[in-house]
Amino acid sequence: MVKDNSLSTKILTLIVHITMIFVLIVTLYPVLNVFASSLSSADANNRGIVTIFPIGFTLDSYKMIFTAGAVPRAFKNSVIYTVVGTLINLILTTSFAYPLSRKSLPLKSFYTWLVIITMYFSGGLIPLFILVKNLGLYDTMWALILPGAINTTNLIIMRTFFQNIPHELEESAYLDGANEFVIFTRIVLPLSKAALATVGLYYAVGHWNSWFNAMIFLSDQKKFPLQLVLRDIIMLAQTLQQAAEAGDLSARQELGLINAKGVKYATLFVSMVPMLAVYPFVQKYFVKGVMIGSLKD
Amino acid sequence: MEVTFSKKETFQTRFKTFWKSMKKTKYLHLLALPGVLYYIIFHYIPMYGVIIAFKDYNFRKGILGSEWVGLKHFIRFFENPFFWRLIRNTVLINVYQIIFVFPLPILFALFLNELRDGFYKRFVQTVSYLPHFISLPAIIGMMVMFLSPTDGVVNMILQKMGLPTIYFMADPRWFRPLYIISDIWQHLGWGAIIYIAALSNVNPELYEGAVIDGATRVQMMRYISIPSIMPTIVIMLLLRIGHIMSLGAEKVLLMQSPLNYETSDVISTYVYRRGLVYGEYSYTTAIGLFNSLINLTILIIANKITKRVTETGLF
Repeated sequence: MVKDNSLSTKILTLIVHITMIFVLIVTLYPVLNVFASSLSSADANNRGIVTIFPIGFTLDSYKMIFTAGAVPRAFKNSVIYTVVGTLINLILTTSFAYPLSRKSLPLKSFYTWLVIITMYFSGGLIPLFILVKNLGLYDTMWALILPGAINTTNLIIMRTFFQNIPHELEESAYLDGANEFVIFTRIVLPLSKAALATVGLYYAVGHWNSWFNAMIFLSDQKKFPLQLVLRDIIMLAQTLQQAAEAGDLSARQELGLINAKGVKYATLFVSMVPMLAVYPFVQKYFVKGVMIGSLKD
Repeated sequence: MEVTFSKKETFQTRFKTFWKSMKKTKYLHLLALPGVLYYIIFHYIPMYGVIIAFKDYNFRKGILGSEWVGLKHFIRFFENPFFWRLIRNTVLINVYQIIFVFPLPILFALFLNELRDGFYKRFVQTVSYLPHFISLPAIIGMMVMFLSPTDGVVNMILQKMGLPTIYFMADPRWFRPLYIISDIWQHLGWGAIIYIAALSNVNPELYEGAVIDGATRVQMMRYISIPSIMPTIVIMLLLRIGHIMSLGAEKVLLMQSPLNYETSDVISTYVYRRGLVYGEYSYTTAIGLFNSLINLTILIIANKITKRVTETGLF
């Protein structure tokens, strides 16, 4: 093989490596900094000297958010919404994706159009809000779960996966007297564990990270998920800060009282930790999902 | 007579075969039923609900009982002094996204392709996905804290350099740059996946042949890698352009305050505020409808262009 020693190649290699290192630093530093700050003393945080290692190591911030305030309850709510929501997502998505994957299903094109149209046109925020109110879902956890019970991209990923299961398996089961329902639950689903895991994790990440639906559909603070509580903490800090900058003394005092920076960092980190813990292990499945999802029919 | 009769019969026989195959696949339709109901209830009923854009929606009278008012709400929106500001802000953020956010994942994928397979490459790739898994409130939360004028690290550095403090989150001039930079941060790695996949499908013989011909790495990138992912780039670009008038409210709402409305207020946040906070249901539904119609038009045009350029369209 000819060795490529040209100047342009050397420059390219240099640029590539600089870019990669830059991406690594810029991506990792903020997250590590948040983690380190959440474990640092108030003094170190206020002086702004924490980088990626805790200074004046303390677990006080975590003790504080997990013994008082809205965080423990919100954490529990988020877990419930994520688990129940994902389960319902998976049941509805797979049971609709399976018929859509069958080549010779009568009405198949009707079903497909029913789904495709919604990708390009929707009623918008307000009609959905009115619907949720009229259905009596407002201020219940179902308002966070039912309106997004099926995500069309995930439906397509699931259908594509089902399409690739050898049809002969189903055929022989059918000849043995199994009906489609039995075939679906006993043969197709057990063969689809990888796809179920991928799509399930997509849904779970979505539920865990969502806050907007909770903001518009929930009024009872006891039902708030963690991300919404986090948003309120951040927003409060922002508003107080702006007031303090405008010279509002009481705001300045209040800011001093609640501005345990570590507490904010700890809340932030707690909101990220489940996803940070799982993503390195599951990202390869996710990547496959992205590629299937971007396929067109 | 005979003609209609035979037509009727073919219809009947057709219906019979249809019914027979429906019966044969009844369990499949039963499986599909919850999904169909979901789409009808949570997608089609809200589409029907859009008619309140032409009515004065009254909670007591319901969607059907409320009075028709024609295009009143649309006209009110067009005459709104903020109309152009909302359009400008929505479109500008999208244009900046296309200019700055769109090309970087492509570049990142090309650069990643230059690395040899191994731990280093996998590590960079895995790390680059990380921000995708962080929620928007957390991302904006980090931004607020790092950029805080009183104790944020960025302003501390500025101070040490003898520069004036910048009120990043409150300054309308900083809204768009911050929105775009955080978008890049969050989506660089994840957005590259599709191009990485396209690059991995390039026939390795092309590169081998190029090496024998004495091509440099830069030449291979230019004449093999980039042309082979061009169709993907074009489709992604046109898809992106198709959404130039739409921008979700979620991220903007997290970064927004009355102090930066000048650059931050977009159609979706205006709809949220006037609709859900002030309860102007009909007016904001009209705005939403106007917005989605424009979107749909742009998307159809973009799709036509895609079809002409790449012979495959979105629909």
